[in-house]
Amino acid sequence: MRVVVCVKEVPDASAPKRIDPQTFRLDRSVPGALNEFDTHALEEALRVKEQGGEGEVVAVLMGPPKAADSLRKALAIGADRAVHIADDPLAGSDLVATSKALAKAVEREEADLVLFGQQGSDSDGAVLCAAVADRLQLPLISQAASLDLSDGKAKVKRQTEYGYDVIEAPLPCVVAVSDAINDPRYPSLKGIMGAKKKPQDSATVADLGLTAGDVGEEGSRTEVYAVGEPPPRAESRRIEDDGNAAQAIVDYLAEKKLV
Amino acid sequence: MPTLVYVEDHEGELVKGSLGVLAKAAKLDDDVVAVLCGAGVEGLAEEVGRHGAGRVFVADDPALEAPLPQPRVDVLAKLVESEGFDTVLFGASVLTADVAAGLAGRLDAGLNWDLVDLERQNGKLVGKRPALQDTVIVDVGWKSEPRLALIRSGTFEPSEAGGSAEVTKVPVEIQDWSKQATMVEQAHEESQGPSIEEAEVIVAGGRGLGKPENFSLVEDLAKALGGAVAATRAVVDAGWYPYASQVGQTGKTVAPKLYIACGISGAIQHKVGMQSSGTIVAINKDPNAPIFEYSDLGVIGDVHEIVPKLTELVKARKGG
Amino acid sequence: MSVRPADFPPPFDPEEFVAEPSDPPDERIEVGALIVGAGPAGLAAAIRLAQLFEERPDLRERLGEVPIAVVEKGKAPGAHLLSGAVVNPRALRQLFPGIHTEDLPFRAPVEREGLYYLTSKRAVRLPAPPTMWNHGNHVASISELAAWLAEKAEELGVTIVPETSARTLLVAGSRVVGIRSGDRGRGRDGQELPNFEPGSDIMARVTILAEGTQGHLTGIALDRFGLTSKPQVWALGVKEVWEVPKPLNRVIHTMGWPLRGGRKYREFGGSFIYPLGESMVALGMVVGLDYADAKVSVHDLLQELKGHPFVRRILEGGKRVAWGAKTIPEGGFLALPDRFHFPGGMIVGDGAGLVNVPALKGIHYAMRSGMLAAETAFQALQPGRTAWQPGALESYDQALRESYVWTDLERVRNMRPAFKHGFVRGAIIAGAAMNSLGKFPLRDLALERDADVPVFVGTRDRSYPQPDGKLFFDKLSSVFLSGNKTRDDAPSHIRIDRKVRREVAETWVNLCPAHVYEISGEASPAGNVVGVEVTPANCVQCGAITAKGGRLTPPEGGDGPEYSLM
Repeated sequence: MRVVVCVKEVPDASAPKRIDPQTFRLDRSVPGALNEFDTHALEEALRVKEQGGEGEVVAVLMGPPKAADSLRKALAIGADRAVHIADDPLAGSDLVATSKALAKAVEREEADLVLFGQQGSDSDGAVLCAAVADRLQLPLISQAASLDLSDGKAKVKRQTEYGYDVIEAPLPCVVAVSDAINDPRYPSLKGIMGAKKKPQDSATVADLGLTAGDVGEEGSRTEVYAVGEPPPRAESRRIEDDGNAAQAIVDYLAEKKLV
Repeated sequence: MPTLVYVEDHEGELVKGSLGVLAKAAKLDDDVVAVLCGAGVEGLAEEVGRHGAGRVFVADDPALEAPLPQPRVDVLAKLVESEGFDTVLFGASVLTADVAAGLAGRLDAGLNWDLVDLERQNGKLVGKRPALQDTVIVDVGWKSEPRLALIRSGTFEPSEAGGSAEVTKVPVEIQDWSKQATMVEQAHEESQGPSIEEAEVIVAGGRGLGKPENFSLVEDLAKALGGAVAATRAVVDAGWYPYASQVGQTGKTVAPKLYIACGISGAIQHKVGMQSSGTIVAINKDPNAPIFEYSDLGVIGDVHEIVPKLTELVKARKGG
Repeated sequence: MSVRPADFPPPFDPEEFVAEPSDPPDERIEVGALIVGAGPAGLAAAIRLAQLFEERPDLRERLGEVPIAVVEKGKAPGAHLLSGAVVNPRALRQLFPGIHTEDLPFRAPVEREGLYYLTSKRAVRLPAPPTMWNHGNHVASISELAAWLAEKAEELGVTIVPETSARTLLVAGSRVVGIRSGDRGRGRDGQELPNFEPGSDIMARVTILAEGTQGHLTGIALDRFGLTSKPQVWALGVKEVWEVPKPLNRVIHTMGWPLRGGRKYREFGGSFIYPLGESMVALGMVVGLDYADAKVSVHDLLQELKGHPFVRRILEGGKRVAWGAKTIPEGGFLALPDRFHFPGGMIVGDGAGLVNVPALKGIHYAMRSGMLAAETAFQALQPGRTAWQPGALESYDQALRESYVWTDLERVRNMRPAFKHGFVRGAIIAGAAMNSLGKFPLRDLALERDADVPVFVGTRDRSYPQPDGKLFFDKLSSVFLSGNKTRDDAPSHIRIDRKVRREVAETWVNLCPAHVYEISGEASPAGNVVGVEVTPANCVQCGAITAKGGRLTPPEGGDGPEYSLM
């Protein structure tokens, strides 16, 4: 059983975030961390492996060289092997370019199960898993709040606006997990210290069978033009209760068609 | 330049978010086409026509009965190729996120998501996407066609302009691998009231309530408004309310249409969890509470007196 | 009747943090040299030891898979470090002989500097005393320095283990044999959560404690092995980093306003304003914790400072981008331990009090002491020797006493204690001490513990500015900016008496820069005693509470601030 977990490094949730005034993209030079949703995916992968008794968990990350720290964290938590897709032409890749590279990398691994964290805590829109699944031509189940494997099938409780659907798909398939699925384990001290020794491969654009034009800015189909202030909040009103505050609130809400 | 709008339906009803996007599309373009995917959805086409579509494509097939994304990608991909749509719009939902992204992968088409507005600038279509917890707006665009966009849920209001649309049934061909994921058991609307993440109205309580029993004031108001109840870290820490209701830096991030903060001082740790709410009403007896800096309506007064009265008035308005 | 924070000691028993190894032998982690703390002292020790091993790979072999390990409780090296800082490159050049200045992780050389005495409206330029001359020094961020040193250490084969707190000192009889890391995944009441991960025993042949100010195991070791007979005192530094449109062209130190010079207030300290390159400025307020007015809040004094026209001008049009707080040991020479080693280990850096207060320097002393400890450790790791033999680590103390660290600290030893007597008298005594190169005064002045100073509820808070979100900020916004990510439902890591005299409670409420303490609703009718509420999730582990009546212990590994520009 080989489980591939696609992980990414995002600007640390607690570091103040800024948009780079040159590129209009999120400034990623601040301290990064392993995307929180991906820790849930990693945890789920480890559980699948532990339940099956044998297997391999491979963490695949696409990101600049400094993201190696997050990949190492994935190994510390328990992944058996890591693949770092890093190459200058990849910078500035949008969904189309990223999914193309990631799909190629995952394909090479011949996985039985491909796991994603549902979304990135940076400007991600919970879309990567679907784009990659389509390129791999594998069944996709997203928003997984629970995952069971038996008889070569994955059974998922999927969280939707209307409650939980139960969906099944044969392996190999792609599953994106929500943060409700499990409590990620802390890396053990042995894990942290042993991470460096676990196998780590790197992959360039050429290794993936792609060219520079397939990825990065060139391979992207979307672009960013500018960053601006949002429209200012309408004048804020303040009132002091003189016995009629409740009525004033209702009137205000009615005015705004909120009640 | 025809625009295609994906109109989502659920249990026989059209999803409001999609209709809102349809209304917006109709303002941007003269030639707006809607597509309905499902089983037994033909009957909804007329309503779609009344909401702004000039034409409606209907993909009606048992294979589309379950709300699963991949078969829909097959349908849309074919439609885009055969009809030459240059823009495809989706009202964001759990389902459409997967459909739009799958389509992006299939067609190598640019996808911009979480948009709160669309406009034409010098002949280009430009999307407005909030970033950094809605403190900035980024202008995003597409380098090629078709242009795919996911519009943030609830951004646009539907508009029933009347009118009828030309309805065309399209043949449905699903690829084998798209059928591999199957619905075993479908969810049905939960009757417990909306969860915090989906609620359009949230009433939140903080330490200003005084004691845990006073959370009933918050609950009553939430019930009257049909909304969900949220709590600050301080009261969750003190055990007054469960962690699942916590909104803030270390809790949930919400963006309902209406957020009523009762007895909440509004320190930044709370603010970052709810600052994108449409309208923020704050009730607090401390005039220096930070929440008054970013609320739309700030009420300086006693929550214990104001909230029950507010609940009564809301009930009267809704019931009467 | 005078009230002192020391009258309300925290529920803290050092024995709780000392134990024999308990993991079964095959689960224990064994390393050669264990260093606790990835700050300048710890990393310099690691690097020096690794360099020595390069010449003796046979020795390194004997130590197993992990010859040198550095455990760090922060998310990464640098995450819990804070300093001004103006760094003397001396120790770095000793550690990396021949290195070019431009390869050192500095932000800018000190070109001009000024010392100013502030009144509420004016800034008067004063001649800077020689102890404060910074020619040849560089402005740096200590977090960046640590990240750089960590990289160098890893290149030399050192194993750095972040997110790991050193909670318990492992002993076998009277020998220190390593540390046990803290548990992770406990709930508020200490219960094990689903992802509970117990700590592990790390056995080491030599242990170097480089925990910095208020080091947890350092305090335990100083106590247990009777290493010190003199009290230490601390100052609290609260710092902000700003992006500014107008570059600052000099290193600035100020004294005077907003601190009060009167003897009854005992407000000693000042501020620093340093350029961090072209577009950023670091500024901070540093105040001795022996102050007497319970309403003193160093966080708010920094806010007040920013309102001074001199400072406003520097920050004009700028934006605050980082915030942090940390204590500094201020006793200097007169507070140094009598011995810096114990069976099996040594103490280096700020944890040993090696800070030159008048010169505001500690980083290069920390690094130097780390290097010296590494050299002693290297000797103790030779075949046939151990770090537990009597006298095995004595050479460290000796080397320290023969080094420039010692001579520098000795020369300025009376300057800080002088200020116990108020600003003017203090300045006179300090000036005389300096001019006589430490020969005056003839009898060394005594230091008084910060918690022993009686406190009264004064009116210091009347001049604190209202937060406006642009120039002046409140504590919670500051904590937010520190990147603090401490789990809400983690057990409290702060030991404190929860029912105390009002004066003491007020002291704690205002002392803490992170708004951890609050006075709870009810006040007891008899005797002016109030309840203290604690929100440990806000804690940035500055250490101030330990100096003034409570006790900080390490929270879960990885918790706390994430400084990167500090």
